[in-house]
Amino acid sequence: MDHPEPKVAETELPEPTAQQQPREAAVFERPGAEVFKTKNVSIYYGSFRAVTDVSLDIYEHEITAFIGPSGCGKTTVLRTLNRMNDLVTGARVEGDVEYRGASLYAKGVSPIAVRRRIGMVFQKPNPFPKSIYDNVAYGPRVNGEHKKSRLDEIVERSLRHAVLWDEVKDRLHKSGLGLSGGQAQRLCIARTLAVEPDVVLMDEPCSALDPIATGRIENLLREIKSRYTIVIVTHNMQQATRVSDRTAFYSVLRDDKNDTRTGVLVEYGPTRQIFEDPRDSRTQAYVTGRMG
Amino acid sequence: MAAVTAQPQVDLREPKGWRRTRNRAATVAMYLAFVVVIVPLGFVLYTVIAKGASIISWSFLTSPIPVNVAPPGVGGMGPAVLGTIEITALATAIAVPLGVLGAIYLNEYGGRGPLARFIAFMADVMTGVPSIIMGLFIFTIWVLHFGYSGLAGAFALGCLMLPIVIQSSHEMLKLVPNSLREASYALGATKARVTVTVVLPAAIGGIVSGSLLAVARAAGETAPLLFTILTVTTANPNVFSGANTALSTEIFANADQPFLGAQARGWGAALTLVAIAFILMIAARLVTARFARYQH
Ligand SMILES: Nc1ncnc2c1ncn2[C@@H]1O[C@H](COP(=O)(O)OP(=O)(O)OP(=O)(O)O)[C@@H](O)[C@H]1O
Ligand SMILES: [Mg+2]
Repeated sequence: MDHPEPKVAETELPEPTAQQQPREAAVFERPGAEVFKTKNVSIYYGSFRAVTDVSLDIYEHEITAFIGPSGCGKTTVLRTLNRMNDLVTGARVEGDVEYRGASLYAKGVSPIAVRRRIGMVFQKPNPFPKSIYDNVAYGPRVNGEHKKSRLDEIVERSLRHAVLWDEVKDRLHKSGLGLSGGQAQRLCIARTLAVEPDVVLMDEPCSALDPIATGRIENLLREIKSRYTIVIVTHNMQQATRVSDRTAFYSVLRDDKNDTRTGVLVEYGPTRQIFEDPRDSRTQAYVTGRMG
Repeated sequence: MAAVTAQPQVDLREPKGWRRTRNRAATVAMYLAFVVVIVPLGFVLYTVIAKGASIISWSFLTSPIPVNVAPPGVGGMGPAVLGTIEITALATAIAVPLGVLGAIYLNEYGGRGPLARFIAFMADVMTGVPSIIMGLFIFTIWVLHFGYSGLAGAFALGCLMLPIVIQSSHEMLKLVPNSLREASYALGATKARVTVTVVLPAAIGGIVSGSLLAVARAAGETAPLLFTILTVTTANPNVFSGANTALSTEIFANADQPFLGAQARGWGAALTLVAIAFILMIAARLVTARFARYQH
């Protein structure tokens, strides 16, 4: 690319000391603004209530982890935060979901506008069957950016942020499907970062990756969190402790009498507290590996 | 721990008995079925080529159609070649955009709504309608009012192609993984944008090759043209008005003639038509391969 190096560097890595201590006590005493406030949110698929009464606040420039056993509704809650569940026929949300003071499910709110601010990285890497360049440029183009020089710049910056640039800079115009699983996932992250969203939602982004690629993505998360707010679903407890500031533990509540099951938010708090000093016995059992 | 224990004998051969017999029988049956399918096809191709090859030449493809008594060396099938090309092209221009849009509606917009189900049902019914009925239908609603024309023939062929295009495109759109649509929506794309920039490009190879096969099928149809273009011997470059002609109907008209020249021209027309279908199918293959470039 033909633009000068410093331009990329200046937006890249902010002061490193702050990132090395993600669980600094001060963070929790004076958290940033609430990005999301959910109150008594229940989510249905048809008549099945998948999640019941979830209330939690997600703070700016923090990494919030969702953990819990399979089927407890982590993905469901995550997809509610950017209205992805609108695409599922029969999915319905009750209760309040506020994003920066505005109700996400109010009448007149456009899911398109919501998703332009709140991006999502999926569990399975899903690059478009287009070139690497076009994958990353897709979002900016959707948002009306068509100038070649601007797009070149965005593509390079996003790929650098996703720690993929060095591996693909010589094959930008080759298919995005020719990448390894880990590279493809980083491409998907780059694609999400390219639209400079306010929030990045990630659904088990490392579940298909080896420890090295996982480590890269975790470093990446720590690097970018000063500019984004991140919510990440993970099955990997170490990952939650390594990267997140706050952790929400979900579980499945069974009602044997009526033979129903639904997901509930059991406990939410600073990650260290959830793992070292859980208030709820179910959290304790899960984080120590006695359940789930 | 160093002692080497004797391994029991492992038998990795195909197991004997009824299982092997069944396997062999199935294999033989499959080869037989293959031969049964391929032999008639081979005969058809052989006959058409053997009888048609001697008469085919550039002048055959371009010369006017002579009177039936003319010997094999005189004249050609020029007007029919021209007619087949114009009528099929017009039918394609009518049916393919409509069919692809219909398939997009079915797969991306209609959901399980009543209109989508109605369209899907009508497309199913339309595939089952005999092609001669399509010809009669256009004869009644169009030819009786506006006369014979290439356009009327194109309508009839279009009616025939439409359900094929809808169904093949629909199948291709169904194959586009939902994860791609979600990726696009998550970047703030509108439904129209998702459809145009993600779904269609991912399915376009299949849509184009499916449409080309529908074109090949229509190019060879006779019955829908019988009542719609009249089949005249003069060339008519105006596809929108006036009687026209086509290779398929010329085969029909020449095959039962007692004159050797007419019969030879019929075989020539047959070979030309087979060649056109063959070219379209190769094009379909090439298109599929071309668009598969980013798929792996
Ligand atoms: N599209 C859907 N239609 C119907 N039910 C669904 C749908 N998606 C999820 N569910 C149900 O909702 C519940 C919560 O599912 P969800 O995918 O949110 O769980 P999860 O916590 O993400 O699990 P995992 O850890 O396995 O990904 C499950 O019982 C699931 O079967
Ligand atoms: Mg999930």
